Amino acid sequence: MPQIAQIMETYSSQIFWLLVTFGFVFFVVGRGMVPRVMETVAQRDDQIAGDLAAAEAARAQADEEEEAWRKRENENRAEAQAVIAKAKADAAAKSEKKLAAAQKRLDTKLAKAEVEIAEARTAALTEVESVAAEAAQDIVQQLAGVKVTAANAKSAVKKAMTNV
Amino acid sequence: MAAEEGKVDPMHQFHIEPLMGSNSWELAGFNIAFTNSAMWMVITTIVLTVFVVGGMKRELVPGRWQMMVETFTGFIDDMLEANIGKAGRKYVPYIFSLFMFILFANLLGLLPLGIIGLHPFTFTSHFTVTGVLAIISFSIVLIVGFWKHGIKFFSLFVPHGTPLPMIPIIFPIELISFLVRPFSLALRLFVAMMAGHVLLKVLSSFVIDGTNAGVEFAALVAVPSFILMVGISALEILVAGIQAYVFALLTSLYINDAEHLH
Repeated sequence: MPQIAQIMETYSSQIFWLLVTFGFVFFVVGRGMVPRVMETVAQRDDQIAGDLAAAEAARAQADEEEEAWRKRENENRAEAQAVIAKAKADAAAKSEKKLAAAQKRLDTKLAKAEVEIAEARTAALTEVESVAAEAAQDIVQQLAGVKVTAANAKSAVKKAMTNV
Repeated sequence: MAAEEGKVDPMHQFHIEPLMGSNSWELAGFNIAFTNSAMWMVITTIVLTVFVVGGMKRELVPGRWQMMVETFTGFIDDMLEANIGKAGRKYVPYIFSLFMFILFANLLGLLPLGIIGLHPFTFTSHFTVTGVLAIISFSIVLIVGFWKHGIKFFSLFVPHGTPLPMIPIIFPIELISFLVRPFSLALRLFVAMMAGHVLLKVLSSFVIDGTNAGVEFAALVAVPSFILMVGISALEILVAGIQAYVFALLTSLYINDAEHLH
């Protein structure tokens, strides 16, 4: 077993070179490089955590903005609805008013026309009566030679005419 | 060279030889020859450094290499977090170095470089190496323990709720089990690595000798041995990872004892 057979000649060289090489590894690699490698890892972890937090915050903000937008949108819609309803009501009231005015005008016109017609009718009737009375006076005079007064003729005509 | 012509010596792979005539290098009277073992330590260091440097691009969106390095640092970080808690963070450099150094050493020692004439050397199969690593880990436990808790650190050897009369018995048992820790750390890794490599070498000698001994031996011995070798090699890759993990895990558990006592 060379490990034991050679120990007296080689132990010092083994220990010396081990201390040299392992010392190099410890001080240069272990203390010099490893902390920086781990720092990079920590940095990356921080960055990822930060990015995640930022994304989370952005999402929350987006949600908030959407909520606000929705609220505003609802308000706008309600407002628009109100405007439309008001316009509708206004238009309805206006047209009603107009209709009422037109109706009134028509009514007055109708009433006037009726009055006129009635007047014309009475006028015509009186004329017909007087003509009929005169005609009756003439007819009676010529047929019976009896002279009828205008008043009598008139009343007779009136009597006859009510039967018409 | 212990190996004779046409024969495989399963122990020869652990033989340490000085390279480039560095046999006589000395430091304060101690021999510090640059051996094949030292060369593989340097290779491990270079490969590990290159590996981690490749993960230092520090991109926010990591590439494959960076992802791989970050997986390892994250793995060690999680292990320390789970075993020690928040205080475990400061041990990441040490545990990471320990784990990766052993892992790379184990894996590099398994490379089939023999095909192109190089001899991979697994320095974690030498208890001089694993022993030093275990002593470093154990020293950290002692230093942290006494630094944080002072003399109270000895209460580690008296579990909670121990009846007073039992303390004189429990204390030495706990103390011994505590003192055995560096040995168990060092021996576990050394034995696991050595056993695997010896087994592979023995099986490979079966393959070679069986093939040389004729068709019947080749069919009966060499082929099954070769198939077994493939399986054992896969197992050894697993063991390389597991042993590195166990070493790092036990070290972190021991550090946890030092940080929090019981």
